[in-house]
Amino acid sequence: MSINGKAYIAGAFEHPTRKAPDKSTAQLHAECARGALADAGLAMQDVDGYFCAGDAPGSGGFSVANHLGLKLRHIDCTETGGSSYIVHVNHAAQAIAAGKCNVALITLSGRPRSEGAAGTSFSNQGASGMVVYSRGMGVPDEPFELPYGSATINMYAMVAMRHMYEFGTTSEQLAWVKVAASQHAQHNPNAMLREVLTVKDVLDSPLIADPLRRMDCCVVSDGGGALVVTRPEIARQLPRPLVKIRGAAEALKHQMGGKVDLSYSAGAASGPLAFAEAKVTPADIKYASIYDSFTITVIVQIEDLGFCKKGDGGKFVADGNLISGSGKLPFNTDGGGLCNNHPANRGGMTKVIEAVRQLRGEAHPRVQVKNCDIALAHGTGGSLGHRHGSATVILERE
Amino acid sequence: MATPYRERTITDPQMNTGDEPYFEAAAQGRLVLKQCGDCGEYHHYPRSFCPFCQSENVSWRDAKGTGTVYSYSIMRRGTPVPFCIAYVTLAEGVTMVTNIVDCDLDSVRVGQPVKVTFKKSEGGISMPMFTPI
Ligand SMILES: [Zn+2]
Repeated sequence: MSINGKAYIAGAFEHPTRKAPDKSTAQLHAECARGALADAGLAMQDVDGYFCAGDAPGSGGFSVANHLGLKLRHIDCTETGGSSYIVHVNHAAQAIAAGKCNVALITLSGRPRSEGAAGTSFSNQGASGMVVYSRGMGVPDEPFELPYGSATINMYAMVAMRHMYEFGTTSEQLAWVKVAASQHAQHNPNAMLREVLTVKDVLDSPLIADPLRRMDCCVVSDGGGALVVTRPEIARQLPRPLVKIRGAAEALKHQMGGKVDLSYSAGAASGPLAFAEAKVTPADIKYASIYDSFTITVIVQIEDLGFCKKGDGGKFVADGNLISGSGKLPFNTDGGGLCNNHPANRGGMTKVIEAVRQLRGEAHPRVQVKNCDIALAHGTGGSLGHRHGSATVILERE
Repeated sequence: MATPYRERTITDPQMNTGDEPYFEAAAQGRLVLKQCGDCGEYHHYPRSFCPFCQSENVSWRDAKGTGTVYSYSIMRRGTPVPFCIAYVTLAEGVTMVTNIVDCDLDSVRVGQPVKVTFKKSEGGISMPMFTPI
């Protein structure tokens, strides 16, 4: 069963906050939910399907559903890190196509900035002087990784180091990803970093984990977002422009029992599946939201999605090729995770939201892509360096 | 530029049931791997079955203890002392997360030959690490 044309994104909301010390995570979920429903022209009592991931406080979706007062006949708490919300769009479309719900609400929020949990660097704890981000009791890989100081940034750094070795990718090429994001962020009043950066600015920022520098990293922000997905008959009665889900797919990649290969991501599997379902090719994509936890993340995913050959991602992103208006592949026109927002250390939600803005023609006029009829949003959750889930969604303005 | 190796406090591995022989061997200065008696594949981290063919006919083997650096990164900020995390591909073909130690960290390169050595965690558990040959 294909989901092509079976569901529409009717509502999208990005919380304007980037620092919320005075709001609970549950309150942020509620504000995002109301924001997306208001955007769609729907009400909380219209929701019959709810989707959330590991950022939702409490066990699974119970606590937030309770908090919001939802009455549900469908629930899905699939957790694939930052790509969860793109997975949720796929699952919501599937559930709607199967008749399991009519109005699906997807929410995300978190406060890593206020709570001091950057996730991308260590802070001090205990005798070792390093926080060890244990994922709980009994995780089979942890005894063989955590004592070595594995963290999000140095695992991604090893992806970048290997990419440089295999394909000749340079620090300057990595820097171009940040430069393009900063060109877009200058027009976003809510963006955390609005300063326009040069390649030299990025190269002059301190090395955190070779070869990644501070400016190769995304921001740490509080906030959140929400999406409303609904069936065609309902979407057509709503006042907003129609954003159709044409194709979606997800895939998972890990260390394969020790046959580690850092040269590609699970996007090499999810991308082609989503394109096939959508019946489009990379050449048809007018705008792409590409998860940008780090600059290297963008390069690897652009290759895996087929926007260029494997290994050519560094050359592809150089010289402003990702900048809206001048580049071949306008990306992350909100400033992305690199400059705008990375709520709860999870970037998949904002990737879908900016793709919806572009298709509706509601991106900032300085970054709006002309005749933006087909857009892609792609995310990677977990870590490219060890275990991750990728998700791709292809959307069309109808 | 030089970044000399400095001893750092290593967090104890939170072992799961079945991991003990791996760390007992390490305490004796041996790096061991699980090998499948049916398909012949080595795997890492060690499991009670083969992740390639699901056979439970797996046994511990002494690794040669040599390999090459598959990738690496020197953590320079937010850590009490700089350290080099790496993926090392062993002679047996499996690639493991580890640290490169006892050298100028800035001299580490992808493809560099390395051999196993052991460093103790804060609780005295031996962890296999690697140093340039
Ligand atoms: Zn086997």
